Amino acid sequence: MNIHEYQGKALFKAHGVKVLDGVHCTNVADALQAYDALQSKVVAVKSQIHAGGRGKGNLYCPNTGNLLMEGGVKIAFSREDVETYATNILGHVLVTKQTGEEGKLVNHLYVESGCDIAHEYYLALLVDREEKSVLIMASTEGGMDIEEVAEETPELLHKVNVDPNAGLMGYQVRDLGLALGLSGAAHKSFAKMLRSLYGLFVQEDCAMVEINPLVRTGDDEMVALDAKVSFDENAEFRHKNWEDLRDLSEEEDVEIRAKETGLSYVKLDGNIGCLVNGAGLAMATMDVIKLYGGEPANFLDVGGGANEEQVKTAFSIILEDPNVKGILVNIFGGIMRCDIIARGVIAATEALDLNVPLVVRLAGTNVDEGKAILAASTLNIHPADDLADGAQKIVQLIGGEA
Amino acid sequence: MGIWIEENAKVLVQGITGKQGMFHADKMVEYGTQIVGGCTPGKGGQTVELQGKDFPVWHSMFEAIEATDADATVIYVPPPFAGEAIMEAADAFDQIKGEGVVVCITEGIPTLDMVKAVAFVENRPGVRLIGPNCPGIITPGENGGAKIGIMPGHIHAKGRIGIVSKSGTLTYEAVAQTMSIGEGQSTCVGIGGDPVNGTGFIDCLAAFEADSQTEAIVMIGEIGGNAEQEAAAWAKENVSKPIVGFVAGATAPPGKRMGHAGAIISGGKGTAEEKFAAFEAAGIACAKDPSELGAVLLEALKKAGLRNE
Repeated sequence: MNIHEYQGKALFKAHGVKVLDGVHCTNVADALQAYDALQSKVVAVKSQIHAGGRGKGNLYCPNTGNLLMEGGVKIAFSREDVETYATNILGHVLVTKQTGEEGKLVNHLYVESGCDIAHEYYLALLVDREEKSVLIMASTEGGMDIEEVAEETPELLHKVNVDPNAGLMGYQVRDLGLALGLSGAAHKSFAKMLRSLYGLFVQEDCAMVEINPLVRTGDDEMVALDAKVSFDENAEFRHKNWEDLRDLSEEEDVEIRAKETGLSYVKLDGNIGCLVNGAGLAMATMDVIKLYGGEPANFLDVGGGANEEQVKTAFSIILEDPNVKGILVNIFGGIMRCDIIARGVIAATEALDLNVPLVVRLAGTNVDEGKAILAASTLNIHPADDLADGAQKIVQLIGGEA
Repeated sequence: MGIWIEENAKVLVQGITGKQGMFHADKMVEYGTQIVGGCTPGKGGQTVELQGKDFPVWHSMFEAIEATDADATVIYVPPPFAGEAIMEAADAFDQIKGEGVVVCITEGIPTLDMVKAVAFVENRPGVRLIGPNCPGIITPGENGGAKIGIMPGHIHAKGRIGIVSKSGTLTYEAVAQTMSIGEGQSTCVGIGGDPVNGTGFIDCLAAFEADSQTEAIVMIGEIGGNAEQEAAAWAKENVSKPIVGFVAGATAPPGKRMGHAGAIISGGKGTAEEKFAAFEAAGIACAKDPSELGAVLLEALKKAGLRNE
């Protein structure tokens, strides 16, 4: 789960990580008031969306598609500048290299004091899957695309793995500070910040915290100029406040509804809907559809023990997508019995008045009963013997090549 | 033989009084697994009826292992308490027996809980953790066997193919594929789809290589991380038995989590393409379609002189 920069910075502040003064705004009048209140010669006017590359992005009018402004993060030198930038940003669509062509509607703005920058650094904390521990990465090459740095000048990306038994050690903090070439007050400021960030990461169950850039000011203080924070969704049960931090407008409405009913759904661009039990098998089903010349319209995992109601919800979610021209159901019954799935499929197709081709492949527990139920139905359901057979059939039925 | 779990292994169930725990404990007894009881804090002294027989419940894993000399435990505890359940089991096995297998089925455990739990288990070298977020481990026998987890027992048969996979239902698919060419399984291990887990691919490959019953291996991966690439490189140097592989998620879009917490392509890394390439570079015979795993395995067995028709 991602949060906005302004929310991340509030979290930083609460944990003792130095940030600049700033105000979250949702309209131009607030932005002007923020400018007055901050009493800073220059301010940054920053679009708040859950995607990177904001500074190099472009703002478009959602109605006309006209380009309004280049850059989603602007430096304002006057009250007039703030007004112009806020007007161009709020209610408009920001397209960055991470948003895709459709971009994201900007509803939130952050107006932040300026500061005197001596150098920009990069700092991130994340869970290292291979080392099974928290990884801290830092670089002197701040403000850059860090994947490029890792690729081209890996020696400039410094890494420290935190031993979960020992926690973050003093020498690790010192070594990282030295690797960044910090000394004196700047080194001390960095050490304090890193300890606070590690505490934040663990206490708040983060999946990632990224600061790019982290800056050293003219008077040797380390300040987080950006804040990209994402949480580990599995830990939501112990963080009641996340509900307030969640910006639903940033998430796919249909994916949220699927999640609420215990389904895992991801929309894709193709035209063959899939309904599968198990995440691995659901991915494999999409892959095989593609292999036989079709394009999957979605990923959908109904889970290990779906009931008739969930199967029905799954069908209705798949059918919401107007691109769907056919559906492939692929169930390997383990705990889930094929006869129950067969009844669920029939009930759902009747209730939803399904009018696209449907191919059903059943295997596993009670497969013969399941197949018999489908065969006895008068509905237009095409049975398949295995995944390849199912994929070929649905591709043919919608007029593809296989 | 088979790996880590003998056919007659004695197994405890953590969370045995819960809905999931009781349901699956019953299925395990039905399959023939030697369940010796369970553990639910606060419910010690009670009994649970499985397949018409009463099984004892203990307050703690220390009590349970002392009383039963169990070899393994399987965890069906909800996510908030599962990390600690793993550590309790690991500690008890380590102190009482110096060894034991902990299988965690639970999906949705916070990643940092797992970071802590895995480090805890790694400090107890005799203890093996399988999972979490996995179907478990099964060593089919001539008659029944040891099924420790949630997989449908009846699709398996004793044989010589070792299976290791990140996914549940895709493992069942692989099992069905081995059966379709008349081959059974030595042991099937679901290592789980979470970003931080216990036993990994390499542990399984090493154990299968050393196991006399296993003659060939099926390895099923998915997008996210680079465990498959590392395993492939390791296998090239260290595994003499034929390996057949598949990777799910070739069509998954980058940056989107595909059901499993760990199944995500991030920063362009962890793609299926990358993993298939690593498999092929290591001489692993790949199926691009899981329905072809049987045919690819048959080819590999013939090539290795393990089948002649």
